Amino acid sequence: MDALATYALRLGDDSLILGQRLSEWCGHAPALEVDLSLANVALDQVGQATHFLNLAGELEGEGRDGDALAFRRDVMDFTNCLLVEQPNGDFAQTIARQFLCSHYQLLLFEQMAAVKDARFAAIAAKASKEVAYHATLASDWMIRLGDGTDESKARLVAGLDWMWRFADELFLMDDVDAAAIKAGAGVDKVALRAAWDARIDAVLAEATLNRPAPRRATTGGRIGRHSEHLGHLLSDMQFLQRAYPGATW
Amino acid sequence: MAISDIDRIRAILARVPDPEIPAVSVLDLGIVREIGANAVTITPTYTGCPATIAIEQSIRAVLDANGFSDVAIATTLSPPWSTDWISDEGREKLRAYGIAPPPKGASAASLKNQAAAECPRCGSSNTEELSRFGSTPCKALWRCKACAEPFDRFKCH
Repeated sequence: MDALATYALRLGDDSLILGQRLSEWCGHAPALEVDLSLANVALDQVGQATHFLNLAGELEGEGRDGDALAFRRDVMDFTNCLLVEQPNGDFAQTIARQFLCSHYQLLLFEQMAAVKDARFAAIAAKASKEVAYHATLASDWMIRLGDGTDESKARLVAGLDWMWRFADELFLMDDVDAAAIKAGAGVDKVALRAAWDARIDAVLAEATLNRPAPRRATTGGRIGRHSEHLGHLLSDMQFLQRAYPGATW
Repeated sequence: MAISDIDRIRAILARVPDPEIPAVSVLDLGIVREIGANAVTITPTYTGCPATIAIEQSIRAVLDANGFSDVAIATTLSPPWSTDWISDEGREKLRAYGIAPPPKGASAASLKNQAAAECPRCGSSNTEELSRFGSTPCKALWRCKACAEPFDRFKCH
């Protein structure tokens, strides 16, 4: 897979794995409205993944479509960032993950909507409208939980502390990013960091939370070095294609 | 293809209901982007909308049944669909069906549009949002404080 296909693959993997994680909440959320919200966000993420993974398969040119890429790769072939594969934990931990991720995706897709490559721009333009809702949902819950009870605050602080170590990876750039930018499809992620910091800090202030202490960033997802959690997620998500390879209906 | 064929296809598509909101047609919702000589171009409302495949299948079925099996169906993402593409007729059908239609021109403001929805049952604007995410990707859950009925609102998008 060349750099541009890999770039699309990374975008698709981020959305797919986050969507799969969120779908684990379906039927288990603390309230009906929350259940519907998380299922809706999951659906948007899987929809975005479908478009990016189909594009990755098209760019690769070896006959793989989005389904083949989603269901017939193993852990080390996945290129999602480590943040999205983190377990849901409790509701507060899930919201902390969504908060960090949605604001990153929103800034990324807003920029990508203006790139020269019409295929990437079209998906990003659609996705940014959806992700704007996700970012608002997550921010609202950050404020409700952070500025809520002692219990909700303590849980959110713990969840945010866990997720924080995976935030730096969102903004890492390598040869794939450089090639995608050169090809008119990529976004300078380093340049998004200041705006992301400002948005995160504004919500944390309103949520009466402190920014977690800086810690050494945990990275490796983009080159297939994942936490043990991803393998378990895939064994669930890919069960049907593993048991009945090539099954369609 | 004569103009009359394009008009015929338009009339056929006007009878294809949205699978999740059967009160409105795929034309009312602005899902049909273009009706051309060789192809009908459609666009998804949301990237993950499960109705997208069903819509394509129903359009294919009615085209085939009416002798237009040589007309292809193309899909385009750009420019992205917005609620401003819902026709005036579509808005009225939504309201009659019990779904508050999105205000016109609200898509640009999208989330920033916090104006109260008008209750589709009693017309009151004394309403509140219960959940920004509802039974389908395109709807939010609201409640009317005047008549105490809950209702769906088509999300500004």
